Amino acid sequence: MSVNHRVTQVLTALTAALALLLALPAQAAPLRIEITEGVVEPLPFAVPDFIPETAAAGEWGGKLAQVVADDLNGTGLFIQTPQDAFISRPTSFAAPVQYNDWKAINVQALIMGAVSVADNGQLTVKFRVYDVFSGQELGKGLQFQGTTEGWRRMAHKVADAVYSRITGESGYFDSRVVYVSETGPKDDRKKRLAIMDYDGANVQYLTDSSSIVLAPRFSPTGDRVLYTSYATGFPRIHVLDVGNTQSRILESQTGVMSFAPRFAPNGQTAVFSISEGSNTDIFTMDLASGATTRLTNTPAIETAPSYSPDGSRIVFESDRSGSQQLYIMPAGGGEAERISFGPGRYGTPVWSPRGDLIAFTKQHKGRFHIGVMRTDGSEERLLTASFLDEGPTWAPNGRVIMFTRETQGASGQASLYSVDVSGRSLRRVRTPDAASDPSWGPLQ
Amino acid sequence: MTHLTKIALLVGALAVSACTNAGRFGQDDPRLDGSAGAGAGAGFVPGGAGDPSSPAYFQQAIGDRVLFLVDQSSLTAEAQATLDQQAEWLLTNSDYQAVIEGHADEQGTREYNLALGGRRANAVREYLISRGVPASRLRFVSYGKERPIEICSDESCYAKNRRAVTVIAGSAVS
Repeated sequence: MSVNHRVTQVLTALTAALALLLALPAQAAPLRIEITEGVVEPLPFAVPDFIPETAAAGEWGGKLAQVVADDLNGTGLFIQTPQDAFISRPTSFAAPVQYNDWKAINVQALIMGAVSVADNGQLTVKFRVYDVFSGQELGKGLQFQGTTEGWRRMAHKVADAVYSRITGESGYFDSRVVYVSETGPKDDRKKRLAIMDYDGANVQYLTDSSSIVLAPRFSPTGDRVLYTSYATGFPRIHVLDVGNTQSRILESQTGVMSFAPRFAPNGQTAVFSISEGSNTDIFTMDLASGATTRLTNTPAIETAPSYSPDGSRIVFESDRSGSQQLYIMPAGGGEAERISFGPGRYGTPVWSPRGDLIAFTKQHKGRFHIGVMRTDGSEERLLTASFLDEGPTWAPNGRVIMFTRETQGASGQASLYSVDVSGRSLRRVRTPDAASDPSWGPLQ
Repeated sequence: MTHLTKIALLVGALAVSACTNAGRFGQDDPRLDGSAGAGAGAGFVPGGAGDPSSPAYFQQAIGDRVLFLVDQSSLTAEAQATLDQQAEWLLTNSDYQAVIEGHADEQGTREYNLALGGRRANAVREYLISRGVPASRLRFVSYGKERPIEICSDESCYAKNRRAVTVIAGSAVS
């Protein structure tokens, strides 16, 4: 279907055309945001409409600038200086930057872009970033080419480059999220898998809503999705090819429930839960051979497993102590160490892609929280609180968490929210319908 | 098997819709009569709720569900009394199979609640087996918090959603 076609086209074009515009000597730039847990004063930036360099490019200039601005504003680390405050408007990508005009309105980072459309419809986007107060270009100019369909991805790539140059960390804007799209009242909910850009744009549906689908999880490269479906009448794990939207059931024992799947970092192994009788344990499966290995063997509910980024360990939840708590065990099974000890119940642990933190859902005194702790259980911090927050997923750079928030009562509905790992910048991700169970894919 | 599952799901859906507004577990809900395609009224119609060998009778007169305390899967005395009658009916009407559906309220994470619903359904299944119902006639499935029948966000609704429902499926062709 079109998902694969479009992405392949765009990717091919982007990879082929990623080129240096000008090889200026790199200079140490003072413009820098250190991402810390303290209060950060957001850095003022300006992004004028990208300058159209061909007649057909006019419509794209404003749109590209808007997506770049939205990406950066959304981090909470940057704040856009609105265009109506501008003293001068650049009319040429090549003309010298009038630094004084930007200093006067306290802009610290200036993003200058240009766009052209070729006769064959290919869009070319180029940009430069300037450190206004030092009067220097920050990094080098870059340009991207692709189809007009992929214009948002090009804007996200610009924003990723700006974010990366100023923070020193990789970005996360050119990424996608797979989630469950929900319609209908609470007692007749229809669910289907959907995929979207990280900001909620370009939603496409991967399944219909004829059976319940739950908790999709991206593969490390974003090419496949593991999820739980009731297509057989029982919850069973399926694997879906994002390109052609074909899915197959993971063969395991019949007559049991399997759920809570997640890929290993190698993309070849799945870890998940199987319920047999009243007991739920954690297993792995080699996706190619179907060979299944049991990792836990207690009478408790053990579920929601998630690998460390190096694949050596697995964090999971178990109620073996009498209530839901978090544990870490070796990836091959064996003795598990409990890491959560605060008041309340802890579930749905997810290992950060940076390896340093575990995100989790905490229930305490009738409220739900998304929180993070170090992998030894220390430095627990709760980032959110509401009637029902659950199911964190990490941005590919480990700086932002997306999760499900469901509102209370008979008309309660689920939607996606994101929050940065310091607890700032809580915001709703707009989706066409109600939405739950996000899984954030890799930077593309 | 596919056919049986379809029947089970159909009956399950009817049970759920019928119970949404019912005062108590769907008893005395006139909409249920005939809704299973098996009878037309409350009187003694073969297959209707007045027919003790009908699934409708099982659902309404005996009670097709038992309820659980918060985060628990143990059977209360009341639940056991209901299940004793369920077992008796299943032993008498040995052509039928049953799928036991376990559910949780919305307070809880999705995956844990799936496992918890499984525990509840299995507790019912094991109890019925202990009363002599052959294990081969009993399957179970959990819906976790995916299929609430009551939709408010307080204990009055949660209490009814923490349930295991015995859905009669697949009467033998006669």
